Amino acid sequence: MLTAEEKSSVTALFGKVKVDEVGGEALGRLLVVYPWTQRFFEHFGDLSTADAVMGNPQVKAHGKKVLESFSEGLKHLDDLKGAFAKLSELHCDKLHVDPENFRLLGNVLVVVLARRFGGEFTPELQASFQKVVTGVANALAHRYH
Amino acid sequence: MRNKRPRSEAVARTCFWPIRLTSKLPDTMVHFTTEEKAAVASLWAKVNVEVVGSESLARLLIVYPWTQRLFDSFGNLYSESAIMGNPKVKAHGRKVLNSFGNAIKHMDDLKGTFTDLSELHCDKLHVDPENFRTFPSYVLSSFYSQLLGNMILIVLATHFSKEFTPQMQAAWQKLTNAVANALAHKYH
Repeated sequence: MLTAEEKSSVTALFGKVKVDEVGGEALGRLLVVYPWTQRFFEHFGDLSTADAVMGNPQVKAHGKKVLESFSEGLKHLDDLKGAFAKLSELHCDKLHVDPENFRLLGNVLVVVLARRFGGEFTPELQASFQKVVTGVANALAHRYH
Repeated sequence: MRNKRPRSEAVARTCFWPIRLTSKLPDTMVHFTTEEKAAVASLWAKVNVEVVGSESLARLLIVYPWTQRLFDSFGNLYSESAIMGNPKVKAHGRKVLNSFGNAIKHMDDLKGTFTDLSELHCDKLHVDPENFRTFPSYVLSSFYSQLLGNMILIVLATHFSKEFTPQMQAAWQKLTNAVANALAHKYH
């Protein structure tokens, strides 16, 4: 899926990512930009305004968890389906999340990386990351039945 | 890096996996709040149309290489740097973003504003004599427009890290989706 150069450029950029901040920002932005996704997080408390969402400690904590999982996935770019098999089952059987939302979160993550890295987020890097987030979204959807 | 053309429409459609082809949306007017309009306008005032337009189109062609088939007449698209420097990409990107500027002045009537562009994008059928099949233009309008809209968001994010708050992102996402819908309107 990714060439050796793409893998190393993705890993290099991701090495600079503040996982605890970027995860929370990505999840928060998902909930703000696509408000229907809030239905999965009603137990998180106050999601009534954009500021409430972005400041919500549970959003930040869960965002960090999600991005740590994503980081782990980056170590298995040749077998994302295997790496995310358990999470795929969880999201299908327990959480009942429409897989389309994984693609939305992936796109939001790309936007967050673009915002934080500016010009360093070149079109080539964007292309590589887009392949990764799409691969992860597909892997998460793989066990659905 | 130029992708080969898919040999059949079925294969071509499988390339569209990054974003699901949305089904027809109900024909309701998109309503923008005062805050959304103000946010969009405030960022727009700072946008360099030439820079953001050309970079958005270039990123589309680089990140989703199959979109290059829409721009066969643009000449050299064989590498990322060729695409970024291609004068026809720059010119068309600027044209697209100027069109967005027009949309921003008419956020309450996007369908009306985009009627002519919708006909241009929707009614022209693209016939590929090499493969003897037709690509209906409605595919070009709605889907590619959504992708290009997402590229504009990413370019805005790279240029305006402070201003591109979640609220700003939400407003612009709504705008780009609405423009994509307006462009596809002739097929709704």
